[in-house]
Amino acid sequence: MDPEALVASLQDAVPGARIERAPSLDRQTTIYVSRDEAPAVLRALRTRPDLAFTFLAELTAVDLWPRAPRFELVYVLVAIAHRLRLRVKVRLRGDDAHVATASREWPAANWLEREVWDLFGIVFDGHPDPRRLLMPEDWEGYPLRKDYPVQIQLKPRAEEALQMTVEEFRANVAKDRLSREQ
Amino acid sequence: MGLESEIPVLTTSVEKMVQWARRSSIWPVTFGLACCAIEMMAMSCSRYDIARFGAEVFRGSPRQSDLMIVAGRLSRKMAPALRRIYDQMPEPKWVISMGACASIGGVFDNYALVQGVDQIVPVDVYVPGCPPRPESLIYGIVQLQRKIAQQKLA
Repeated sequence: MDPEALVASLQDAVPGARIERAPSLDRQTTIYVSRDEAPAVLRALRTRPDLAFTFLAELTAVDLWPRAPRFELVYVLVAIAHRLRLRVKVRLRGDDAHVATASREWPAANWLEREVWDLFGIVFDGHPDPRRLLMPEDWEGYPLRKDYPVQIQLKPRAEEALQMTVEEFRANVAKDRLSREQ
Repeated sequence: MGLESEIPVLTTSVEKMVQWARRSSIWPVTFGLACCAIEMMAMSCSRYDIARFGAEVFRGSPRQSDLMIVAGRLSRKMAPALRRIYDQMPEPKWVISMGACASIGGVFDNYALVQGVDQIVPVDVYVPGCPPRPESLIYGIVQLQRKIAQQKLA
């Protein structure tokens, strides 16, 4: 399937969606979709038999700061049955950086979206497990944003050793033994 | 020194005896963070053979170790885990900061890494290099042995 046929088929699947072809240096088919139409487009790409992009190879983001709109979300999809690759991009504004999750279509999106949220601060609405993936859970800020400082003067955190009394220790051991015996 | 040449007995002080025992059987904890750990493994293997200096028994549990070789860059996320392993080691215990990253952050002068593990644990010997060759680390361990030999008991 050539790029034109692919886009036509996608347009047929999601009537009314504005699908914008974009040039790319590596000649991989690249399309832009708006944030509001992205869920329908992605679902059609995943479910329609003539598209069947069953494999989410990559989901990442680009920070184009200080340009506006600031973020570009990049989905790299592979249709193994049709031997196709497709790059789907979504533009996001910096003050309104959220998009619907794709983890229902591709379970692999779960961790990839966690990573993007962790490093870029892009919120994925409806994500089943919105926790940080790489940075510590109490980290402040989003390190891969272009306006994030490279060096920060911050005292490294390391907890004090766990202290407990002899009575507490014995109670813990007894509790553990009880739970094992049951 | 023997009091009587016929009796096979050596006399010494308890302190000297303990210092000798401690420095001759350093047990490092099996703990590597990055590429320096590869050199640490090379040091413990047959070519460089740290067994010559009595420090070859890498233990899988910090409870059985008395030396921690911080081999590699320490991320801020890893720092609490490193501190916990150090706290779990029984006294007396020593720390070698191996390589540029562990000592001062190395080339990774950024937000994600601890700029020197001496902010987390007390370091006895710093081994420079990126990564240090096994000979350098052996030299560091020998320096640590000299330090242990001078530590008073009380």
